[in-house]
Parts: sequence; structure tokens; C-alpha cells
Amino acid sequence: MPFNLIRDKGREGRRGYTLPKPDVEMKELETVLPKSVLRKEKPRLAEVDEPTVIRHYTNLSRENEGIDTTFYPLGSCTMKHNPRANEAAATVSGFAGLHPLQPEAQAQGALRIMHELQGFLAEVSGLPYVSLQPLAGAQGELTSILMVKRFFDDAGDEGRTTVLVPSTAHGTNPATASMAGFRAKEVGLDYRGCVDVDELREMVDQSTAALMITNPNTCGVYERNIAEIAAVLHEAGAFLYMDGANMNANMGRMRPAEADVDIMHFNLHKTFSTPHGGGGPGCGAIACSDDLTPFLPDPTVEKRGDDYRFVRPDKTIGRVAGFHGNFGQMLRAWNYIRMHGPELRDVTDMAVLNANYVRAQLGGTYRIPYDELCKHEVVVQPPQGKKALDIAKGLIDHGYHPPTIYFPLVVKEAMLIEPTETESKETLDDFIGTMLELAETSQEDLEAAPTHAPTRRLDETRAARQLKARW
Amino acid sequence: MARFTPHTEADIQEMLDAIGVETLDDLFADVEPRYKGELDLPPALSEYEALREVDALSKENVSGLPIFLGAGAYDRIVPSAVGAVISRGEFLTSYTPYQPEISQGTLQAIFEFQSMISELTGLGISNASVYDGANAVVEAALMTARLTKRDPKVAVSAGLNPRYREVIETYRVEVVDLPFESGTTDFSNLPDDVSGVFVQSPSFFGVVEDIEAASEAAHDVGALCVAVCDPISLSILEAPGNLGADVAVGEAQPLGMPLMFGGPYVGYMATKEEFVRQLPGRICGETIDKDGKLAYVLTLRGREQDIRRAKANSNICTNQALTALAATVYTALMGPEGLRGVAELSISKAHYLAERLQASGFGLRYPDAAFLWEFAVELPDVARANEALLEAGIVGGLDLGDGAMLVAVTEKRTKDELDAFVEVVSNAL
Repeated sequence: MPFNLIRDKGREGRRGYTLPKPDVEMKELETVLPKSVLRKEKPRLAEVDEPTVIRHYTNLSRENEGIDTTFYPLGSCTMKHNPRANEAAATVSGFAGLHPLQPEAQAQGALRIMHELQGFLAEVSGLPYVSLQPLAGAQGELTSILMVKRFFDDAGDEGRTTVLVPSTAHGTNPATASMAGFRAKEVGLDYRGCVDVDELREMVDQSTAALMITNPNTCGVYERNIAEIAAVLHEAGAFLYMDGANMNANMGRMRPAEADVDIMHFNLHKTFSTPHGGGGPGCGAIACSDDLTPFLPDPTVEKRGDDYRFVRPDKTIGRVAGFHGNFGQMLRAWNYIRMHGPELRDVTDMAVLNANYVRAQLGGTYRIPYDELCKHEVVVQPPQGKKALDIAKGLIDHGYHPPTIYFPLVVKEAMLIEPTETESKETLDDFIGTMLELAETSQEDLEAAPTHAPTRRLDETRAARQLKARW
Repeated sequence: MARFTPHTEADIQEMLDAIGVETLDDLFADVEPRYKGELDLPPALSEYEALREVDALSKENVSGLPIFLGAGAYDRIVPSAVGAVISRGEFLTSYTPYQPEISQGTLQAIFEFQSMISELTGLGISNASVYDGANAVVEAALMTARLTKRDPKVAVSAGLNPRYREVIETYRVEVVDLPFESGTTDFSNLPDDVSGVFVQSPSFFGVVEDIEAASEAAHDVGALCVAVCDPISLSILEAPGNLGADVAVGEAQPLGMPLMFGGPYVGYMATKEEFVRQLPGRICGETIDKDGKLAYVLTLRGREQDIRRAKANSNICTNQALTALAATVYTALMGPEGLRGVAELSISKAHYLAERLQASGFGLRYPDAAFLWEFAVELPDVARANEALLEAGIVGGLDLGDGAMLVAVTEKRTKDELDAFVEVVSNAL
């Protein structure tokens, strides 16, 4: 039985919230506004009481799986437990009630949080300067590539037209390059799934602005030639950008600055445990080297004497957000880092341990295309004749959220498994047991799955052909 | 060991054995250059200690006072039910609904969000959200270029929030300035090569602009009209889609989100059905499952970065699903009458304050323009006024830097606070 829409549960005249009684004389709208601008028909919104609202959305939530309800090894997304202390921090009224345009003197606590978080991310990356403003990972990428663009504009170097991306890259990388006004060009891989340095050397020239590398890459493999890759780019005057989506594999074990990365982004909603929220809000903070610092978004936070203040970088690319970024996510990430300190390295260690354990236990039944030490995630392929999609749907019937499937694109029938550090050995053993069982399950049964979920498989073609995106 | 990892020493040993390595360090044997130091971060705190520090830092902010700042973020009532719904773990800790069979909650909520935005804007199709109002504006600017097949170049006036304009420029979109006098924009002389014409109503200065005139002028030069609207205002003002706007965008923070020093908020974006293929971001559509049961799924995915890569409409991936859910729950609780109530209370209080300030000898910057709940008032010394207000326990309006203060009044402000505002400003100046 499908759930009715909230509007179908209402009746004209019902209200879910009572406003304060007016304490000034109420204006007739016609007396303060021209009649021509007034709305003629009221919008067809839900008219419902609060009990109905709560029951409706509570029941909707039960149609969802989250980290709170199940193991969620969605590769590339770092679905780790979201500590509730972070949520408690974000409801403190002294922050939640703070207006973004209150003068700096009225927001010293918030600015201090931002300044300290900038410092924490600088330490984790080894890169000296940080901007917290980008509102999601993809915007962190775009901010970085726009800074690269502005660097070359500023240097009068007009010939830098190309941004290189490995064929394993997240789709956001080439999309970002295009949005920033570059042509995205794909670099091939070596036998280990890593950037082919020889091919890269052939491709890099005076038209190259940057390479966007993900490390560990989207196959979960460490790009061990990263320093050499940086050298190839730097020789040609180009930059090395690192997609930090996979930083959960690096904390305290590898600092991008030491591999000569020039600029990178973080996903606070992946590495630093701010909740994913069904697809955001995130925070795509960036860190960069001295060369690119003057181009950071406006503003960053500096400490002068005892005071924290906003500063506009000299040659800033401008703003990328309406205000200072998703401050609520910064506060959560700050709290998470304060609860870990240097023990962030243990987070990385357990994440990598968990992924390698899954790799070791699935190998033999599942094909491991890059069968060597992986980092925080591992890409596997189903046994001959089986499809990643069917195994994924089979996992749903066993109560798991499936891994990322059909990504990275370079691996056929890819299943990208990222367990994260917050899962126990028992959870992993159960999951592995299910994966092995599904490898033996008949094709017919797999194709029928899921049968124990809120819905069976959906007709996705119909959704597109007969588009209905509103009530 | 880190506090949210369940591993015991025995677990670690068994797992290392299964992997076939001896130590945790061995798992990083391929990492070059490897970091061998200890991260220089302050030592780990317990939850209690960390939250005590959060609380202490929060007291270094000025908060808990009546706020007269607006300019794109509004101190509105957030019903308790909003927080209760969005803290449900099933919503909070899920991700993008790539597996629709176990994500119907998020998907239906997105469908309801899209429906509400469509209803408010009078436009057939809405996406699942973008980052914030400023980013909705810039995505709309880029969308007009794709639709008109022109270079991204947009006409805006001083009535557009200057921060939105800055973000447009960051994204390398050319901006042309339109004449702005007496609080309204003159759309009569548009350049003929712009892709989009922006009209913000209520404007940055709180004034109702003529969306119909903007759309007609835009269409005359082959451009598209983008209306930037506060969603609360759409409970009383004609829907932009009914006034000829091709795209409506805006900041939906007023729909149930706390101020939170600027975010997370949520941008909305709606357009005519015929333009759906150029809309960026996610769209949720209705379909059926194998048994014919009604269900929801992300659709028209060919527009997006993970499928179309360099040729995608936008690079947006993660959006603002949870704050879009907050807006959905808020709008459900309020309903059309509640939204109207919020608008009418705010308008009545703002006009009361404006009248009292005028009676005290302070002129409005645009005395002949119709405004809602925000207005610019001319004061001989805005900084002094704001200092005096703060001393009296009130956060004043935005100093426009040219002898005027932009004052926002929401349904939260009481008559006592409004009277105190007038008194303090009158005494100080």
C-alpha cells in the first residue's frame, strides 16, 4: 500500500501550527500593496494538523534505510556512524540563533570555531590555507579549479585550456572542469588501476592547467606515483588538485602536501562524520598551497591579536555561497575532530583494516580486479554470469544497503564496498556471509529481489517517459 | 583507540591474520610519501568536555536578542515538529536515494518538496534542491545560457541581493546592470544579447518588483526571465509562473531553518516543464514497481554529472536534502493559511515600525515603493544607531554603508521590541 501524499491527508481549514496573536494592528494587504501583485488563487498545499504531520513523516522515515538502521557500505560515500554529540553541538542556541550578518564582534565564538577548523584541516592535509565556504564536495572541486583558472588569468597565461582527469574519476571532476571553462581530457590507467604516468607525461604540456586526482583512487588503490605525477605537472607549470572524497583513508598516514598536492577539497560529511541527510547538506572545505592562497573565496577567517575576523583574500575568486558556508556542518566537524585529536589516525587505520578484511574474505568467490592492499574501500566483481545490480538487490533482501555499483566505470560490473571504521568484525562477517551466499543464489531468485523491501524493483523508464514530478 | 570504532585488540589481530599482514602499519606499506609523525591536533576530549567547550564558545556570540537583520536570512519561527522529523535517523543518516527500494521515505519527501515549490511558484517542475539561494541564482543564470544558446550574460539591478550577484560573477557569468530608481528596476532598455533577466521580488530592499514587466522585456529580446522570490511571500503575492517568469529560484531558509550563522540553508529552483532537460540537479518522479505499486525514483538522470560527466548540466551531486525536508515539514505544518499568517504578521509589524520611524522623523529610502517586511530607513548615523541598539539588547539592521539601515521585521518581533527600537534610535540620534 503506497503512502498517500501529505496533501491527501488534509482537509481545508486544518492547521499544524498556531502563530502568536497579533500585538499590532493587522494591515489589510490591499492597503499596503497594489492589488495587481496579490495572489489570486491560494497554492494547493497540504492543510494538516501536527499529529498527522508527525505520523506521516515518521512513517515515511520507516521506508528508508540509514546508517542508524543498517550496514551501509556505499563506496566513495564514507557512511560512518554520525555521533550524536555533533548534533547536540549544532542545536546550541548561541550558534543556531546567530545571524550571518551580525558584525564580527558579535560572532567571536563562531569565528573561533571556523578559525580552529581551518587549522585542523590544514594540519590533516599539510597544506597551509583553508576555506570552509564551499557547500558540498562538488563545489569544493569547482572552487579549487576556479582558483587555478584565476591564477593563470592573473599570470596572463591564456593558453591553459585543459584539465586532465583519470578515467576512474568521480563524475563531478569532469563536470567541474567544464563548468570552470576548461576542456576535460581523460588520462588512462596502468595495470594497477592507477594513473598511467607515461601516458600522463605524453599528455601534459603548456595547455594543461591541472590534473584532478583522487587518492586513494576510486578503485580503493593508493596512487603510489603521486609525487612523480606532481613533478610532471609542476615541470609544465600546471597544478595537482586532489579530490579528497577518500580522505578517510589518509588521516595521519598520508598528508597531501607532502606528495606535492597544490589544492584539494574535503567532504566534511564523509571524513568528519557530519550526517549525509539523504543527500546533503554537506561541506566541501578546501586547502591549498601558498601559490593559490591569494585566490581563495571571500572571506576566510584570521586571528589578529585576540580577535577573529573575516578577511578578503587579495585576488579572491569571489564568493561561492550566499554567506560563510554551511556553518552547522563546520560546528559538527569541529566537534568530531575535538573528540579525536591525533587519534584520527586510528579512524583511518580501522577503516583500512575493515576494507582489507572484506577484500580478503570475498576474494576467491568475487573477483578482485586490483588484488593488492586496498585502502578504505575495495572494488569487487560478481562471479561469472552474475550482475552487480542483482547482487545489490539481493543484499537489500538481507537487510543491507548495497555498495556503490557500476562505479568506477573502468571496472565491469563494479561493486565498490566501503565498510568504514565504525563497523564491527561481526557486522562484516555477517555481510561477507551474505555476499558469499548471494554468489550461490540462483539467477531467478536474484532477479526477483528485492521482495522484502518497501517496494520491488522500479520501472525507471516509465518515470522518465511519463514525467510526473509534482502532485 | 578512536571512540566510535568497535575493534578490540583481538578483533584487530584476527583481521590482520585474515588479511595476511602482521601490523596495522603494514596496511600502509604502499603509501608513499608516508606521514610518520603524529598529527598536531589538540588532544582528544570526551563528549562531555567537547560539548562544554561548544557551550562556552557559544557564549562568546551575541545571541538570544531580538534581531532586525535580514538581507537574505530571516529570524523566523521554527516549529518544534520540524526538528523532530529531520532528526529521525532514517532521514538523517541515509544518503542520496540511489537504491529507491529502500529510500522511499527520502524520495517521497523530495516529491512533496518539489510539489510545494511548484505550487508556490506556479511553475510545472522543481528540482530536489540546490545549495542555497545564491547558488540557485547562479544555476539559473547558467541554465538561461543553455536554453537560449547564448553566452552566459545576465541583466540584474541593485534590487538583486549583492551577495547573489557576487556568486554569479565568481562563476564567470557576465553581469549587466539595469537602472534602479525609487526602489524599483527599469527593465525597458535591455541589451539584446543577454541570456537571462533577473528580477528579485521582494527585492534586496524589501520592495515588490514588477515580474510581469521583467518577463515581457526579457522575452522581447529573446532572453529568459528568472524571478528570485522569498517563498513566504508567495503565499500572498502572485506566483511568478503566472506572471511570465521562466524560472523561479530563491532561498528557502525562511521555511523552517535556524539562522545558524549562514547555513545550512536550501535553495529552490523551478521552471516550466518544457525546460526540464536543462534543469540542474536531482529530480524525483513518480513511477510503479514490478507489482504495479506506486513509488518514487530519481529520474531524467542523463542530465547529471555521474552519467554525463563533462557534458552534464551542472557538477552538483550532494544537495541539501535534509534542509529541503525541513522546508517540506514546515510548509505542511503551516499550510497556505499559516504561510499567509506569517506573511501578514511580518508585514503588519514591519509597517508599524516603518510608520513609527517616519513619525519620529526618519525617512524611508524608497517612500513610494510597496514593501513587505523589510525596508531601508535613512538615519544620520547608522553605526551609532546600531551601537545604541546593541547596548539596549537589540541586534539592529544592516548598515548599507550609505546612510541607510536595512531593517527586517519577522513574525517573531513583538510590539515592545518594535517600540524599543524606535525609542533607542530616536534617543541615540
